[in-house]
Amino acid sequence: MRKQPKPDNFSGAHPPRWADRLLEWFVAPHLLEYVQGDLQELFYKRVEQVGPARARREYVWGVIHCLTPFFQKPLRREIAQPFSDYPQPAQTVMLRNYLKIAFRNLAKNKGYSFINISGLAMGMAVTMLIGLWIYDEISFNQYHKNYKDIAQVRRVYTDPNIQKTFGTEAMQFPMRAALKSQYHHYFKHILMAWWVSDYTVSMADKKIQKRGEFIDPGVLDMLSLKMLKGNYASLDQLHSIVLSKSAAQAIFGEEDPINKNLKIDNRIDVVVTGVYEDIPRNNRFGDVEFFSPWDLWVASNGWIKEVENEWGNSSFGIYVQLLPHVSIETANAGIKDFYLKSTPKETAEQSAKYKFGVFLYPMKDWHLYSELKDGRPSGGRITFVWIFGLVGFFVLVLACINFMNLSTARSEKRAKEIGIRKAIGSLKNQLVQQFLSESFLVVILSFALSLLLISIALPWFNQVADKALSLPVESLLFWAISLAFIAITTFLAGAYPAFYLSAFQPVKVLKGTIRLGRFAALPRKILVVVQFTVSIILIVGTIVVYKQIKYAQDRPVGYNREGLISVPKNDPNYVGKLDVLRSELLNTGVVAGVELSSSPLTAVWNNVGGFKWKGKNPELASDFSITEVSYGFGQLVNWQLIAGRDFSRAFATDSTKMIINETAAKYLGLKNPVGEFVTFYDGKQTRQIIGVVKDLVMTSPYEPEKRAFFFLDANYKSASQIDIKIKPTVSANAALPEIEAVFKKIVPSAAFNYKFVDEEYAKKFSDEDRISKLASFFATLAIFISCLGLFGLASFVAEQRTKEIGVRKVLGASVLNLWGLLSKDFVLLVIIALGIAIPTSRYFLTGWLEKYTYRTEISWWIFAASGAGALLITLLTVSFQSIKAALINPVKSLRSE
Amino acid sequence: MKKTILGELEELVLLVVAASSEDVYGVPVMEQLQVLTGRSFTVSAVHTTLYRLEEKGFLSSSVGGATAERGGRRKRLFALTAAGGRVLLDIQQMRQQLWQSIPIGKLELLGL
Repeated sequence: MRKQPKPDNFSGAHPPRWADRLLEWFVAPHLLEYVQGDLQELFYKRVEQVGPARARREYVWGVIHCLTPFFQKPLRREIAQPFSDYPQPAQTVMLRNYLKIAFRNLAKNKGYSFINISGLAMGMAVTMLIGLWIYDEISFNQYHKNYKDIAQVRRVYTDPNIQKTFGTEAMQFPMRAALKSQYHHYFKHILMAWWVSDYTVSMADKKIQKRGEFIDPGVLDMLSLKMLKGNYASLDQLHSIVLSKSAAQAIFGEEDPINKNLKIDNRIDVVVTGVYEDIPRNNRFGDVEFFSPWDLWVASNGWIKEVENEWGNSSFGIYVQLLPHVSIETANAGIKDFYLKSTPKETAEQSAKYKFGVFLYPMKDWHLYSELKDGRPSGGRITFVWIFGLVGFFVLVLACINFMNLSTARSEKRAKEIGIRKAIGSLKNQLVQQFLSESFLVVILSFALSLLLISIALPWFNQVADKALSLPVESLLFWAISLAFIAITTFLAGAYPAFYLSAFQPVKVLKGTIRLGRFAALPRKILVVVQFTVSIILIVGTIVVYKQIKYAQDRPVGYNREGLISVPKNDPNYVGKLDVLRSELLNTGVVAGVELSSSPLTAVWNNVGGFKWKGKNPELASDFSITEVSYGFGQLVNWQLIAGRDFSRAFATDSTKMIINETAAKYLGLKNPVGEFVTFYDGKQTRQIIGVVKDLVMTSPYEPEKRAFFFLDANYKSASQIDIKIKPTVSANAALPEIEAVFKKIVPSAAFNYKFVDEEYAKKFSDEDRISKLASFFATLAIFISCLGLFGLASFVAEQRTKEIGVRKVLGASVLNLWGLLSKDFVLLVIIALGIAIPTSRYFLTGWLEKYTYRTEISWWIFAASGAGALLITLLTVSFQSIKAALINPVKSLRSE
Repeated sequence: MKKTILGELEELVLLVVAASSEDVYGVPVMEQLQVLTGRSFTVSAVHTTLYRLEEKGFLSSSVGGATAERGGRRKRLFALTAAGGRVLLDIQQMRQQLWQSIPIGKLELLGL
């Protein structure tokens, strides 16, 4: 940076005004002049030495240090005078008195205190849990020091035929070189990478499944990993591997891993050259357990070497780190037209036709904005951050409303105290202080209780939310935030009662003529309505989310996943042994069938475009998902043929045939698809359709299944999964060891890592499952907190009307009459709440459901059920008190006085 | 007689005031301390100590000239009193005694 010539009198630099004000307000006048003078003198010196910004910070720091009792004390110089009029500052005396009264009040009304404190504690616990969750979400990927500068290169393109824009993170191999030669002025690192996936890492006989990433060596520096052994140059050798600490421990135990040999997938030799501290889970690379050089991956995969200069193959990831002074906008603007400017002529022409654009997908958005629309990030988890943030806030508000309601409801009981205080000279301001300090006490107690609740609930919450949260008790920031949280809650809960109570007129109160008019209870009623509105919305939401999940789970999947397991075929030694493997497995007697497929049943790995068929509309997109399967696959998974036949060894030419799914059949628009031909993109190869099966749900259970082709893969050339069906009569626990034994015998080098297909399928629901569990948790709590408040309020009303009830009973009212009298008011409030909650929840949930193509209806019974539920709970809560009141012997209630 | 105990910072500040040829105020004391100890002190710490020493009778103070860089504010200037000088001598004497009572060769044995 250039040095700025300094102005002579630093007219620009002044100490912060607010700090000066603070100092002037706090420090005793006889000390102020000297200390402020010193501070300012120092300030101007420091401006010269370290610049205005830092000097200002130091000034504030200095002022803050002056906020000690020493500087506040009245004239110390006249200390010779032994007694002052006020031996202690009057303030603490009053404050202590307030707290004493508050404690007595709490102890006297144990029931109310319990409701107040436990309700508030629960509300605070929920809010803090949500706060922790939100913090975790927001701090995603921030473990890496340079997270602001790291980005992934993405491409958007528009299909001119259908005018639809798509996006991809898969790039071409030569792009790295082009970026490096022509755009290096933006980037510190340009790293080519394969996709994070599972590999078998082996040492002698020990085989362990580990997630790893093959990426250019700069990754260690880019991600600012903490190297426990080795350094940022550790990946520079071709055959190197850098392990996470836990992976190193899993493989080597306590031994020093450095310079030990390992084998990846039993074919790539590597030497351990470094160990890094595990990346925390809330990071994109948090599940990566090793890094190995990209060049090694290229050297080990012939096909990648072949496409080294090929612009037609997009299969690789590119991560970049910007230079410190380059903003993401600048870089984006610079590389936007990469394809037009920096690729060979043909590619550039093709790119222009498809409107290729390149942009950087910044790391800070990877998690919160993970959903892409038209190839660009548009939303994602950020929605949940908002939703849960709102829910947390509302739960806290519910709890605070309880507090307000109970405090104001009991106001008549405390009216005398307020009257007397005012009569002996309390100012309104002091009474406000008193009530605020009372609520402060309650909030502090609740806070302590909520910390306890959180520590109990955290393990469960972590499991449900799939997080590793903990209370950061050693972090100063946490306590600072907690303090602010306590202050906010105190004010939220205490402000209204404080101002309400302190406004009583002493004369009226003491004369006993205070009549809280017809509208005195109105705010209280409004608060109850708000409480129940929120609760009912949460109930309806929970039911709808649950129903949506259930709906998708019950969707027919088109195959039978019972007892199906899949084993990845990721070892070169499988080649040529698959038929032996099958017959050996069948010989064990626990297996019903063994077949192979190119992708697991719960995913589609291959999409191919460019197909043509008879009568195809040229505007129509021509891509289909392709799965290659072995002969008996259909029978193994029990797919359901609608037309035609399955692949069969009886027909020698089946390798040029295919089976399509129902969606594809509709899409092709052929009257009778069986027997028709489909031409490949090269215009030469064709395949004949021999059968149509019902849709197999392989991708999202919420979306209509994509049009799919199934090809026969008779000699397992593209097989990647070994699909095994365990006999229904045999339990999986019994079958697995036998299956493993066969694998070990035939292909000893391969790791036996199986996955149950139904479990993999269930994982597709994990997000929704999580929301449903969390939502029901919050709804339950909200209802509970609301009920606590209602309970307190009802008991108060019953108590207040004891005399009235006594008189009514004497005059002949029945218990039922009285019960109705006392419950009616509350039921009315809940009905009003229902009237507000139903349209609101309907509006929001319709919006949520619209995200899913395959969705459930919001039927009337949901509202009916939640309405009835809310009414029932209200009645139960209120009835307990009202029946109790109605049953009291009138002699007792009328005898007093 | 009540025994007067001086804290470390108090002793240092007293020594700094004693060592200066003229009356001093907060900022030079603070800078001197920083130079000597290498630690940083806040204005408030220095002031508190100065006033405390004055209260104990080891320093006396007067009001001094204002300068522009202080925004026209006056300084409080401190000077050592006889009692202050005495307490410094007491401390030095006590230290000297302790030093002399260290057995000969003990520090050398520790390699110092």
